[in-house]
Amino acid sequence: MKATREGYGDALLELGEKYENIVVLDADLAKSTYSIKFAQRYPERFIECGIAEQNMMDLAAGIATCGKICYTGSFVIFACQRALEQVRNTICYSNLNVKLCPTHAGISVGEDGASHQTVEDIAIMRAIPNMKVIVPADYYQAREAIKESAEIEGPVFIRLGRPAVPFIYGDNYRFQFGKIEKLREGSDVSIFSTGIMVKKSLEASFILEKEGIEAEVINVHTIKPLDEEGILESVAKTKRVVTAEEHSIIGGLGGAISELLSEKFPCKVKRVGIEDKFGCSGSANELLIHYGLTPEKIAFSAKSLL
Amino acid sequence: MEREEVTKLLKEKSKQLRYDIIKMIGLAGSGHPGGSLSAADIVATLYFYHLRHDFRNPYWEDRDRFVFSKGHAAPLLYAALAEAGYFSREVLWTLRKFNSPLQGHPDMRKLPGVEISAGSLGHGFSAACGMALAGKIDKKDYRVFVLIGDGECQEGEIWETAMFASHYKLDNLCGILDYNGLQIDGPVSKVMEVQPLAAKWQAFGWEVIEIDGHDFNQIIDALEKARTVKGKPTMIIARTIKGKGVSFMENVVDFHGKAPDREQMEQALKEIKESD
Repeated sequence: MKATREGYGDALLELGEKYENIVVLDADLAKSTYSIKFAQRYPERFIECGIAEQNMMDLAAGIATCGKICYTGSFVIFACQRALEQVRNTICYSNLNVKLCPTHAGISVGEDGASHQTVEDIAIMRAIPNMKVIVPADYYQAREAIKESAEIEGPVFIRLGRPAVPFIYGDNYRFQFGKIEKLREGSDVSIFSTGIMVKKSLEASFILEKEGIEAEVINVHTIKPLDEEGILESVAKTKRVVTAEEHSIIGGLGGAISELLSEKFPCKVKRVGIEDKFGCSGSANELLIHYGLTPEKIAFSAKSLL
Repeated sequence: MEREEVTKLLKEKSKQLRYDIIKMIGLAGSGHPGGSLSAADIVATLYFYHLRHDFRNPYWEDRDRFVFSKGHAAPLLYAALAEAGYFSREVLWTLRKFNSPLQGHPDMRKLPGVEISAGSLGHGFSAACGMALAGKIDKKDYRVFVLIGDGECQEGEIWETAMFASHYKLDNLCGILDYNGLQIDGPVSKVMEVQPLAAKWQAFGWEVIEIDGHDFNQIIDALEKARTVKGKPTMIIARTIKGKGVSFMENVVDFHGKAPDREQMEQALKEIKESD
């Protein structure tokens, strides 16, 4: 078990060594985002911005115009929403080389409650032209996706979480931007999931297997650009779709896949996610159960399609 | 060049900029004349005297950067870039038209010479600060200039950046505050008072120089003094007249964001041409 945000700290160390032009910014959350590791090794390329996310995003944009690749850390709520207009108008509009790797996504933030959780960030970020959206499922995928993002021109949002989550991949994992990953083959239903719901989707497939239902489990780590071909190939076979994400059912992975399928392959889609509600305080596990982000809910949704 | 010759040249240049601003906005039928005219003398001094830049090499790494954070004064920026040779003057008359590189607000991807796409107030100021910081990281000696508005000082982000720039001792950053006293809804003092401006910037750790923004000697002296300030950024607070140079636009709130009609355009162009 390891948090995806720890992948940020470790990826930055590797990036710092590989690229001289990497600059890392944080807004008084370097310990939480693990950018502190980079700050300690490369203090001359680390910019502490204090609690001022709007300034941080535009600063990064300005630094990027000078030939640098900027990585910005904060919590998702502040990076993507407090500083949204800076991200939209200055970073994305000019397609500047600024990466957003904020942590504490979703409701698994836990005890801090609704003000520090996010249920709508994927919907917001993926609607902005030029922005790319990646939601890693475990520590290794996070680390490798962040390393890879240095080679992707323009802004990328990589959504990271607070709690330690189980491993799915290993140390030699290679991230392929924009390509779905089939983790289990099946012919009855396609379960598309992202982030920490990938592991839970795999668990759901075991529940379904016991009942004689073969689920195909697919990790959609890149929500934008969406791997349309890969998704359609699976759906052409199963004709039944469940989506699972730690995000509102409005506008996130479920929204993106529904948009695609309604145009290219109309079929029934069940979206597992947070039902247009804010989060609240509690342990991460309590909240995941309370909001129905469980293997049982995914399995139940799959069965309802049969 | 003797100072007198310099100011004479700058006077000619700013006259040209004002002429082009009116013609561009008049032909476009929309745009922001007031705040373009108010900063014309400052911008002329920068582009035609103070800045280290090369119109043949707009992406030269060691160039001084000049950021228009008050992006609505885009016509002024475009007029200056054209006059400096970045592109042909003919392009000016496409302002705000479909397919024009001269967007309603400056676009760095469409027009070489624009340092950052701006328009949403406060953003360019932070981005300029980022460019100054990058210069420090790379140990380069370029300077960064940024034009902000007085109304723009109502944006919270300005003060985030003000705090940041002095914390990081960005003495390669020079702000110029176009204090023309008017904004869309009326006088700045009535809409949302920004005074005491000098005391605010000083409290945030900046060197402050107050000048008449239409006096070339004062503008030149302020820019040169800012160059000698070490360990902190400088804010030049330039008292200006909104709509400066066109009698019926001076200190008229409506001409913040209203184009002159055909008749007004002709009259304004005539006035500028005949001014000494």
